[in-house]
Amino acid sequence: MSVDINIKITDRNGETHEIVAPTDMAMNLMEVVRSYELAEEGTIGICGGMAMCASCQCYVKSDHELPEMTDDEDAMLAEAFNVEDNSRLGCQIQMTPELEGLEVELAPES
Amino acid sequence: MITTDILIIGAGPTGLFTIFEAGLLKLKCHLIDALPQPGGQCSEIYPKKPIYDIPAYPEILAGDLTDKLLEQTKQFEPGFTLGERAETIDKQDDGTFIVTTNKGTKHHAKIVAIAGGLGSFEPRKPAIDNLIKFEDNGVEYIIKEPELYRDKKVVISGGGDSALDWAIFLSDVASEVTLIHRRNEFRGALDSVEKAQELKNLGKINIITPAEVKGIIGDDKVTGVVVEKKGEDAAIIDTDHFIPLFGLSPKLGPIANWGLEIEKNAIKVNNALDYQTNIPGIYAIGDVNTYPGKLKLILCGFHEATLMCQSAYKRIFPDKKYVMKYTTVGGVQGFDGTKKEAPKAVVKAIE
Repeated sequence: MSVDINIKITDRNGETHEIVAPTDMAMNLMEVVRSYELAEEGTIGICGGMAMCASCQCYVKSDHELPEMTDDEDAMLAEAFNVEDNSRLGCQIQMTPELEGLEVELAPES
Repeated sequence: MITTDILIIGAGPTGLFTIFEAGLLKLKCHLIDALPQPGGQCSEIYPKKPIYDIPAYPEILAGDLTDKLLEQTKQFEPGFTLGERAETIDKQDDGTFIVTTNKGTKHHAKIVAIAGGLGSFEPRKPAIDNLIKFEDNGVEYIIKEPELYRDKKVVISGGGDSALDWAIFLSDVASEVTLIHRRNEFRGALDSVEKAQELKNLGKINIITPAEVKGIIGDDKVTGVVVEKKGEDAAIIDTDHFIPLFGLSPKLGPIANWGLEIEKNAIKVNNALDYQTNIPGIYAIGDVNTYPGKLKLILCGFHEATLMCQSAYKRIFPDKKYVMKYTTVGGVQGFDGTKKEAPKAVVKAIE
């Protein structure tokens, strides 16, 4: 049984990448973006994935059911820039089989 | 002019531990950091977060790690230039360096060690067209002198602790305080939120939510801000100061213009030897550097700092022979006259 899922990530230059993400390595979306080098090092996941910097903010384009926002994520997005109704922090989205087909766009660097 | 053996740029864990390793070699350190206190990310971003991969500490809070490092280095009497950003570097004919901060403070050092982590932490600025034009002319990102706002009108933007705390504090200083936040909910300590609510009820703070500052009005100085509140037309609020408080963001900053070889926002170093950059005498250690296999971990920064200090010693004293000593054997002799060493066993004759 495959433990990889296919997701689409649109980078900050508007280019969409179809990538395969593992679900058995405790990775979150921010780490997937980093591992595929879809954003310049030093511009994403600055706080290391603690929902404390919003550098991994992304817009969720598909209608997947995502884990509910924690207070930390909600609070960070309250202070972040370029926030839309479909904004989430990539570091708070764990890769699970349910996210097969997920489509996201990275928010502008701020 | 501040003079030192090793000038460390960045007072995060790696920079702080460098003081200790340099001290063992009798080298004096001075640190520059853009933040007003030592500790870097550990004290600024996550002081209450536990770290689990510091050797010998199964768990330690980031803020406590900073405190422990400061305690460990105290005996070597480091100097600090805090709240200033290293701006320019000039290599002297004798191979030493002069580093000048954005406030003009000059530092003369034999060695420069960049331990800048992800860079200098700078205020996150909202996307307002003419914001930069008014910097220091009514727009401030950090409140340094509360008295500057006495009997003035102030607009603060943001929803975190800083925005709440300063709105509360300035309610007793300024003639008018307006707090603007994009959401109705504030992300701050409950006490602060309740205090702000109380002051709002008393008419001592105006709170406008959910709203954003979209423009600044004025010729040379700020005279007002344009505020857009959801569902309403834009409004102008007269003010003398606009203070956006949206936290800090790390930027490599002026270091990027020092002629150092940069790759992916980090400084390339010689990791096979001593973490020196392409400019002899300038080293880069910790999260700010890159090399094949680099891991951005505090403990890796400690290791890099240790090797770097040995190399710095050889560069400063090319003719002196140094034999590495274990602290268990040689102890630790501070610059302040203190000496720590293993107690000597009392020898007694066997009768």
